[in-house]
Amino acid sequence: MTTDRTIAFVRTEDVPAMPPPPNAVGPVRWIKDNLFATPANSVLTILAILAIYMILNGTVPWMVNGIWASPSLAVCREILDGASGACFAVLGERWNQLLFGFQYPADLYWRPGLAFVLLFFAAAPVLFFDLPRKLLIFTALYPFIAYWLIWGGSIFGPLLALVGIVAGALFYQRFVKNSFAIGFFGAIAVAFVVWTIGGAILPDGGITEGAMRSVPSRDLGGFMLNMMLGVTCVSLSLPIGIALALGRQSSMPIIKLICVIFIEFVRGVPLITLLFVANVMLGYFFPPGSGVDLFLRVVIMITMFSAAYIAEVIRGGLAALPKGQYEAGDSLGLDYAQAMRLIILPQALKISIPGIVNVSVGLFKDTTLVSVISMFDLVGMIRGPILASVEWQGVYWELFGFAALLFFITCYGISQYSQWLERRLATDHR
Amino acid sequence: MTSITDPPRGSFRPSMLINDTRYRSYTFQAIAFVVLALSIGYLINNLFTNLAAQGLDIDFSFLGAPAGYDINQRLIEYTSQSTNLQAAFVGILNTLLVAFLACVTATIFGVLAGVLRLSNNWLVRKLMAIYVEIFRNIPVLIWVLIIFTIMIAVLPGPREFRGDDPSATMFLGISAFTNRGVYIPLPFFERGFGGGLDFLMVLAVLVGSFFGARAVNARATRIQEATGVRPATLLTNLGIWFGPLIVMFLVFGLRFEVPELKGFNFAGGIKVGGPLIAIWFALSIYTGAFIAENVRAGIQAVSKGQTEAAGALGIRPGRIMSLVVLPQALRVIIPPLISNYLNITKNSSLAILVGYADVTATLGGITLNQTGRAIECILLLMLFYLTISLLISAVINVYNNAIKLKER
Repeated sequence: MTTDRTIAFVRTEDVPAMPPPPNAVGPVRWIKDNLFATPANSVLTILAILAIYMILNGTVPWMVNGIWASPSLAVCREILDGASGACFAVLGERWNQLLFGFQYPADLYWRPGLAFVLLFFAAAPVLFFDLPRKLLIFTALYPFIAYWLIWGGSIFGPLLALVGIVAGALFYQRFVKNSFAIGFFGAIAVAFVVWTIGGAILPDGGITEGAMRSVPSRDLGGFMLNMMLGVTCVSLSLPIGIALALGRQSSMPIIKLICVIFIEFVRGVPLITLLFVANVMLGYFFPPGSGVDLFLRVVIMITMFSAAYIAEVIRGGLAALPKGQYEAGDSLGLDYAQAMRLIILPQALKISIPGIVNVSVGLFKDTTLVSVISMFDLVGMIRGPILASVEWQGVYWELFGFAALLFFITCYGISQYSQWLERRLATDHR
Repeated sequence: MTSITDPPRGSFRPSMLINDTRYRSYTFQAIAFVVLALSIGYLINNLFTNLAAQGLDIDFSFLGAPAGYDINQRLIEYTSQSTNLQAAFVGILNTLLVAFLACVTATIFGVLAGVLRLSNNWLVRKLMAIYVEIFRNIPVLIWVLIIFTIMIAVLPGPREFRGDDPSATMFLGISAFTNRGVYIPLPFFERGFGGGLDFLMVLAVLVGSFFGARAVNARATRIQEATGVRPATLLTNLGIWFGPLIVMFLVFGLRFEVPELKGFNFAGGIKVGGPLIAIWFALSIYTGAFIAENVRAGIQAVSKGQTEAAGALGIRPGRIMSLVVLPQALRVIIPPLISNYLNITKNSSLAILVGYADVTATLGGITLNQTGRAIECILLLMLFYLTISLLISAVINVYNNAIKLKER
C-alpha cells in the first residue's frame, strides 16, 4: 500500500448524494415528462390548452352571469343588458314540468317523489350484496308499491297482482323439487287462476278523489317517464333475455330458430320503428275494445328491444364458459333446469354483468326517443311545451344542458357502479 | 354365468314422449310450435278484426299513387307528383348518404380520440377521456338537437352577409355557413362533358392510380424478398396518385363555382342542408366516442411483448406499428367497428327530428300520415332496415371467418 503515501488526499466516506437538478424533480419534471416530452407532444399540449381556453371562455362567463330568478326570457335579457349570460331561471320556473310532465296533478307530486326515493331502497339490496338479504322482500314488494304510488287508484289492483304472484311462488317452491317444468308452468297457471278469480270478485276501484286518486298513463311525463321506462323495461327484459339466450343456445332446432329470428329481427331495426309500431300498429293486435294505453304499448316494445340485446350479451357469457362446466353438470346427474340454475347461469350472468349494464345504460338513453311519438318525456317536454311557450322560446342551451346533465349523472353513475362490481366479482387470481 | 346384452329395445310408448330424454325434446318443440302458431294466429285474427271494424285493409297500391309533397334534400329526380315509392327511394338514398358520411367521419374522430387517449401527454389524454365519457353518457337524441340548434339558432342568416358592413363574412371568401345550410364551392371542368360523366372520369382515374400504386408496391416487395433491399417507393407512389389527376385537371380546366349572395339567399356552389349537417355531425361525434373506446381496447389488447420483440429484431418504430401492432389490433377493432357502423345506420333514423328527409321521415313519416297506411309503411320501413343490418352482419361474419386465428 505504497500509493497511500503518494496521494495527497483520500476520501474515507461517500460523498452525500447531491439533490437532483431542479428540472428533474417535482412539478417541473412532471410537466416536462407529461406535457412537453417531444416537440410533437408540446404542439399537442398547446393545442389542448387552446381548446380548453376556448371552451371555458365561451361557457364560464355565460354560466357565472346566469340569472336564476326571472319570469321569462325577455326579463332575463333585460337584466343581462346585452352581456353574455344564461337564463337558468327557466329550470326553477319549469322544474316540476321537467321532472313530472305538465299534466301530472301538482298536489300529487309527492307520490312519484316517494316512489323515486323508495327505488333506492329497493335497488340497494340488488346492487350491493353485503346488505342483509331480508331487504330483498322490500325489493319484491316495490313494483306494486311504486305502481300504486304513481298511478294511484284502488289498492286492490296491485294487491291482487301481488297475491297472484305470491300464490305462484308458493306453488313453485312446493313443486320445483319434483320437476322444474311442473313448478314453473304450474306457478304461472296458479297466478292466472288467482288473478281471474280475484278480478271477478273485487270491485272496480276507480278512485277519483283524495290523495290516492288515480292518474291516467297519458298524464305521466318528464324525467319521471324516462326513469319509469328505463327501470321497468330493463327489469322486465332480464328474464326474457335469459330465456332467449338459453333458447338460442338450445339443441332443439325449432326453439332455436324462433329465438334467432326474434333476436335478429329486433336487433336489425331501429328503436324508432319499434316505437312507431307501439304508436300506430300494436293497438291492432289486441282484442277489440281492450284499449291498451300507449304507455303499456311502449313498455312492451322497448322490453322486446332490450330483451334481444340482453339475450346477445348473455349468450356471450354462456359461450365464454368452459365446456367442462356443462359436462360437470351432466356428470353430476343434474337435469337441464338444475344444471342451468345451479351451475351455468350464475357464472354466465357474472361474466355478462358489464355487458348487461352497457345495454341498460344504452336503453335508458334511448328512452328519450319516445318524444318522437309525442310522449312528453324530459326531451319531449323541452321540445314541446317549454320551448313553444311564450316566456321561454329560445332558451335552448340551459334546457338541453340540464337534460344532458341529468342523463350524464345517471349513466355515468351506473357505469361506475358496473366497474366497481366487476372488480368486486373478480374471483380469479391474476 | 351372465352375459352382457343390449338393453331391451322396447317398442315406443306414448309415455316416453315425456319421460325419455330422447323423445322429450320433440314434445317440447311441438308444444312450443303449436303455442307460437296459435298466438300468432290470434294476433293476426285480432288485426283483421280490428281493421275490418274500422273499414281498413292491407293494400300496397298506395305506393304507386302520387306522393304530393316536396323533398328538399334529394339525390335523384323527384317532384311532388312522383309516387310514394319514389319518395321512399329518395329517403333510402338519403339514409344511405348520411350513414356513409357519418361512418367516415366517425371513424376519423374515433381513431384520433382512441389513439390520443393512449398518448403520453397527460392533458390530451384527460381531454379525450372527458370527450369519450361525455358523449357516451348523453343520449344521441340530445346531441342531435343541440347541434341542430347550433345550425339554426347560432349561425347567421343569409341577410347578415349583405350590406357594406355585414355582421357575418364568408369563410375564406369561398364558403358560407348560414342557418339555411352550408354553401361550399362546386368544382367543375371548363372543357368537360357535364357533371356525371366528369365525376365518373375522376373516379376511373383514381381507380387506375390505386391499381398502379398496388403494382408498384408489389414489385417493391418482390425486389425486397429477392435482394433484401426495399427500393424507395414514396415518390413513385405520390406521382402515380397525383400525376394523372393534375394532368386531367389541367387538360379539362378545373374551376370552382363559388357561392354568391343573390337576393335573399346564396346561389351557386354546393348547398349542404342544415338538417343533414346536424344529423351527420351529431352521429359522427357521438359514435366517434364509442369507436374511440374500441380503438383503445384494440391497441391495448396487443401485448407489450409484441412491440418489444419487434424492437429486438431491429424493426423501426413506424414499421412496428404498421407491421406488428396494427394487424393484430385491427382483428380486435374491426368487428365492433362494423357494428358501430350498423348503429349509425339505425340511429340515422333520428333524422326525422331535424327534418332531414331520410326513409323514416318520408316513408314512415309523411307518407304514413298522408295515406294512413300505418301497417304497410312500418312493415316496409322495418324490411329496409332489416336488409341493411343483415347485410352488415354478413360482412362481419365473413370478416371474422377470414381473420380467425388458424389454430392447429
